[in-house]
Amino acid sequence: MLELRDIDVGYGQAQVLRQFSLNVEPGEIHCLMGRNGAGKTTTMKAIMGILPLSAGSILVGGVESNAVPAHKIPGLGIGYVPQGRRLFSELTVAQNLDIGLMAKGSNAGRSSKVLKGVLEVFPRLRERMEQRAQTLSGGEQQMLATARALCIEPDYLLLDEPTEGLQPSMIESIKQVAVKMRDRGVGVLLVEQHIKSVLSMADRVTFIENGRSRETVKPDDLRQDGTLLQKYVGL
Amino acid sequence: MDFGPYLILASLEGAVAASVLALTAVGLSLVFGVMRVVNVAHGEFFMLGAVLAWFVASSIGGHPALGFVAALLVAPVLVGGLAAAVDMTVLKRVAYDPERTIVATIGILYIIQQVTLMTYGPDARPVTPPFNTRLAIPWFEFADGRVQMYWPWGLSTTSYKLFVIAAAAIMLLAVWLMMTRSKIGLVMRATQLDSEMAQAFGIPVERVYAMVFGIGCGLAALGAVLIVPIQQAHYLMGTDPLLLSFIVVIIGGLGSLPGTVIAALLIGMSDGIISVFYTPTLAKILSTLLVAFVLVFRPQGLFGTRERE
Ligand SMILES: Nc1ncnc2c1ncn2[C@@H]1O[C@H](COP(=O)(O)OP(=O)(O)OP(=O)(O)O)[C@@H](O)[C@H]1O
Ligand SMILES: [Mg+2]
Repeated sequence: MLELRDIDVGYGQAQVLRQFSLNVEPGEIHCLMGRNGAGKTTTMKAIMGILPLSAGSILVGGVESNAVPAHKIPGLGIGYVPQGRRLFSELTVAQNLDIGLMAKGSNAGRSSKVLKGVLEVFPRLRERMEQRAQTLSGGEQQMLATARALCIEPDYLLLDEPTEGLQPSMIESIKQVAVKMRDRGVGVLLVEQHIKSVLSMADRVTFIENGRSRETVKPDDLRQDGTLLQKYVGL
Repeated sequence: MDFGPYLILASLEGAVAASVLALTAVGLSLVFGVMRVVNVAHGEFFMLGAVLAWFVASSIGGHPALGFVAALLVAPVLVGGLAAAVDMTVLKRVAYDPERTIVATIGILYIIQQVTLMTYGPDARPVTPPFNTRLAIPWFEFADGRVQMYWPWGLSTTSYKLFVIAAAAIMLLAVWLMMTRSKIGLVMRATQLDSEMAQAFGIPVERVYAMVFGIGCGLAALGAVLIVPIQQAHYLMGTDPLLLSFIVVIIGGLGSLPGTVIAALLIGMSDGIISVFYTPTLAKILSTLLVAFVLVFRPQGLFGTRERE
């Protein structure tokens, strides 16, 4: 289980998350919903150790990840697909994937089974291995960002608005990847604004408001009770 | 006497200066590129390379080549190690904040300079070159309808100077191969492009920084070891390399390695040629003017790419 226990996180003096708690089980898609600026991306950065905790703790499979150096956190089995993709823009597709493979710690490199498996999920990347990441289309960039995280063979996958700015067919294939990962037992933490997508794939939904975790509910609860969405997301 | 032989001589002198400058500036550029900080103490690490070369060479007896080879291996490694330690104890503490790093490295500049003055003293000391054969410079003339080669009187270079050019070229090639072909280069470039994401993918960014700072300063030290048989080690010798490296890095485009090398050749060669035919002062004036023009018309440098955000 990936467990956030009462974490306080901020940028310098500005505190963003306050006693925020959340847990992601293996084999579930857990959606995090909230308004712009509520602290969703901040939550992901805290999990990756990019932002330090000023209180609370984060446990990955029982290991306190906030106690290990930040660069060892991906090695605990966490793959991160950040908002805005944040690829290594001047590196090629293959080199971006190399970085992911290195994080896994396997020295198998490009001939590894892991990479083969990842490229089966995203066959379009295979044709573009030597192309620079910055020259890919938006959809291809999102595929690469996701593929880079999958190279870690994560137990937990953090997806921060992976469908932002994509056309419907591309959204569909990214969603399929999330579902496929869940079916393989990966715990997926998904930030997604698109309510229909959330309802169709989430196992649980947690709302975040001003950096505090609010209700955690099932999609069915949302279908029955429209006020929740209105309250936390303004729909 | 022909103009040609003098041009060859001036170009050779320029090429020696340019080679050493290229090594030094590539070190500065690497640090700036990957770490986004300006190392004002870069010239002092250069000086330290020369001074350590003297210590090593003079403590080893036998053939001068032994001392020189030892200095070539030991001095850059020692300087690189010291620089990595400075990174971990000082730059890391100021969190690589650009402004605070400038102030911190100014402090390091004075510390290195004064400690050198207190230990090594104010004298300039030479290191004996490992070999120093005089090589006359050939030229051609038309006589009796045929091309003839001759050696104009008094014009010569040395085998050591040619070695400096070759050694620098090999090292620059090695740096380029490291950056483009090796795993460690990939890690450095990923860190340069997005250090947060690099860390989120398992790259120990702080260790990469220490290594880059060590390699960058080690390259300056290497340049200094190469030049010290021509130019004596002195505790104030770091100023010119620092200023010229800044000029080169700005003209070449901040953080661009090929740009840095080309700019070093441009500045070093023109500096050598203008110094031989006119005066060193004119050479400095022209390269400073060139920087001004580059800053006005091409702020990203001749070979740099514009900052993307
Ligand atoms: N680097 C930063 N420095 C200071 N404050 C920041 C920084 N990044 C984010 N914040 C602030 O933290 C708060 C939460 O930001 P965060 O990016 O986590 O929001 P979010 O829920 O992901 O929003 P969005 O839906 O727009 O992506 C915001 O008020 C934002 O202004
Ligand atoms: Mg966000």
